[in-house]
Amino acid sequence: MVSDIGEAQSALGRRDAVAELLQQRGDLLVVSGLGSPSYDVHAAGDEAGNYYLWGAMGSAALVGLGLAQACRQRKVVVITGDGEQLMGLGGLATIAVARPKNLTIVVIDNGRYGETGMQLSHTGLRIDLARIAAACGFADVRTVDTLSEVSQLRRTMHQDATGPRFFVLKVTADVVERSLPFRDAVHGKNRFRAHLGLPVS
Amino acid sequence: MLECHWSVEIYNHLKAAGVRQVAYVPDAGHAQLIELFQADRDIVSTVLTTEEEGIAIAAGAWLGGDRSVLLMQSSGVGNCINMLSLAVIGRFPLLMLVTMRGEWAEFNPWQVPMGLATETCLGAVGVRCMRAEAPEALVETVRSAAKLAYEADQQVAVIIGQRMIGEKKW
Repeated sequence: MVSDIGEAQSALGRRDAVAELLQQRGDLLVVSGLGSPSYDVHAAGDEAGNYYLWGAMGSAALVGLGLAQACRQRKVVVITGDGEQLMGLGGLATIAVARPKNLTIVVIDNGRYGETGMQLSHTGLRIDLARIAAACGFADVRTVDTLSEVSQLRRTMHQDATGPRFFVLKVTADVVERSLPFRDAVHGKNRFRAHLGLPVS
Repeated sequence: MLECHWSVEIYNHLKAAGVRQVAYVPDAGHAQLIELFQADRDIVSTVLTTEEEGIAIAAGAWLGGDRSVLLMQSSGVGNCINMLSLAVIGRFPLLMLVTMRGEWAEFNPWQVPMGLATETCLGAVGVRCMRAEAPEALVETVRSAAKLAYEADQQVAVIIGQRMIGEKKW
């Protein structure tokens, strides 16, 4: 399940994986990490329940934590990249200690920094994020590299959990066409809050 | 426990202001406030490995409808700078309570550089600093900062002078 060499040898395309994960999403709330994961989530369908990050590298999982702690009745999924998650490794300890039952972290892992020229990331150099999350105490940790497994994760993600989940999707390092969401963070915030029926200032 | 009655007043005010989440890195100056929040079952307390995590949590909390407060020491401000982009560019309400080190009867020289840089760094990235040097002024400052944050969508750091915290006893 977990490859000895970190560099992705998967045949799974990132767009297909994220589209599958967000199929029939219901009232799922989505936070996407900067770079390709934000494009992947946008390509799967622009929704008011999406919050796209364009910066603040290392923040995605923790934005998800704050949201999950505020909305206990909703399922929250963070979709981010290996490089983005690597910048917030300590956050995995924070999330595991906080132990939200409605938060899933999904790392789209191509082992590379796609935005800066496909240089190898630490996961491309044998660091296994799933093992780190497991060591922190995430309730459900899996690494997958096929679409049928992603489909299974999607079903799991909508079920109740005993604690936070951490899924690594090993994907190909192919360059895909960008699908750019809006960059106005205030617009995204107001749209998201309006979607939840919250006041918008 | 420190004899800091202002912690109780700040706690009471933040509760009345509707704060639902608090995030912190353990700190002697904030010890009593942290204990008060931890003992409160209506508040979600999140202990952080590093302070910038709290900036992200505050943004997420606001997206989901929760008001939050972030507690840290001045050394932690240096860890937060790029993450503050999120609060500033998204105009996310942000209330940080920062206890100062390195400025008053400090014995540890390693605390001095970041102590000197704290307000400059926060100002440079777009966070408003409001300094208090006495308990009465602090409570009023927190009250004002909370309103600026939660109602005017501002990013505010209340700077708590080291003189008020007192000398660290060894």
